[in-house]
Amino acid sequence: MREISTDLIRDQIASMCMEANYSLSPDMVEKLDRVEKKEESPIGQKILSDLKKNLQIASDDKIPICQDTGMAVVFLEIGQDLQLTGPYLEDAVNEGVRRGYTDGYLRKSVVSDPIERVNTGDNTPAVIHTRIVPGDQLKITLAPKGFGSENMSRIFMLKPAEGLDGVKNAILTAVKDAGPNACPPMVVGVGVGGDFEKAAEMAKAALTREETPSNQKEWVRDLEKEMLDKINNLGIGPAGLGGRITALAVHVNTYPTHIAGLPVAVNICCHVNRHVSRIF
Amino acid sequence: MEKHITLPITKEIADSLRIGDYVYLTGEVYVARDAAHKRFMECLEAGKKLPFNPEGATIYYMGPSPAREGRPIGSAGPTTASRMDKYTPTLLKLGVRAMIGKGKRSKEVLDAIKENHCVYFAAIGGEGALLSKQIIESEVIAYEDLGAEAVRRIRIKDFPVIVVNDDHGGNLYEEAPVKYRR
Repeated sequence: MREISTDLIRDQIASMCMEANYSLSPDMVEKLDRVEKKEESPIGQKILSDLKKNLQIASDDKIPICQDTGMAVVFLEIGQDLQLTGPYLEDAVNEGVRRGYTDGYLRKSVVSDPIERVNTGDNTPAVIHTRIVPGDQLKITLAPKGFGSENMSRIFMLKPAEGLDGVKNAILTAVKDAGPNACPPMVVGVGVGGDFEKAAEMAKAALTREETPSNQKEWVRDLEKEMLDKINNLGIGPAGLGGRITALAVHVNTYPTHIAGLPVAVNICCHVNRHVSRIF
Repeated sequence: MEKHITLPITKEIADSLRIGDYVYLTGEVYVARDAAHKRFMECLEAGKKLPFNPEGATIYYMGPSPAREGRPIGSAGPTTASRMDKYTPTLLKLGVRAMIGKGKRSKEVLDAIKENHCVYFAAIGGEGALLSKQIIESEVIAYEDLGAEAVRRIRIKDFPVIVVNDDHGGNLYEEAPVKYRR
């Protein structure tokens, strides 16, 4: 049986925390490049151009793209034919986050209790999603999530009769309410179906998606395209100061659901949509 | 309109500003966000003085990332201002003149901006690396235990902001999108 030590996972997580916070992935850079010429508002154009300067400084000086270096969200896809050795997996992940955020001069933004609110001082714990998948490989995806946009995310438990129009309304409502708070231009991750928490997890995972899945249904592809146009037609614009570019992408993931339900989760991310994946 | 302003902002300067003005600020600014604001209120309730002089002050809603060697501060962009809305009218009454943040404010804050001749500026969210270059000094002056949320006094130079709420009732977040809506 193939073996991987959780010490390797720890070290990888530490370096991924830094990489994700200093540089955006090529898919995000490409998205920002693509919209720059489409913006009509002068202030919007200036902001989009400044965002690129900001990315350059962040990457040159190893300084976070955004001071909100996020809560570390970690997706682990573990092959069922793979044997993990070493310390307990979640402890290894959290140790990686601790090292990454401390050594990388990243902000410690996590409090130990939602009401008592004492900072943990090392940005742990991470939010960890683990899946057992076929094969003997390990895929780690790290997505530090800022809370300006996280706070504007929503979940809607629609009735089946509300159908596709209901889904569209839910997405537009969330984006409209988010407005400038979510630091547009944003990326919108949507989970449709499943149950309450499945919808939310799909929406989060959709933010980290770099390519359209090959088996994506036609209605989903059409929905992504239509929603991107409708969101940009809201006129919110870069930083919410008016303009034609409000979103960079809409990613929709779906899952079977219950006969009584139509859950829709909308997870909004700002233009600093950080995600790094590595496969071992 | 592009303007260069040296802090502090006086009542007259605030009155002269209009939404959409692109302003470069230079001078001294206090940095405070959620936890610090909560302590300000506890401080006032206990009849004590605030850890900074609010008269004419500019508050930047921000929690920086740690500074690397040789730099005054790390990444330093604005945080969402609405989380401070609950505390803001009290501070504006005490003389705070200007706020730098991002995102929409409550009706109570907008009213307090008008009544007290204040201004709310937006800095651009998500460009904290770029904005950090306009901060030339930074010092923690209170609540050090709050880490990234401690109160700081910073010195900024040509720090770019945009007027989103002026004291004439102008609201750029409401007015600007209309032009680009289809």
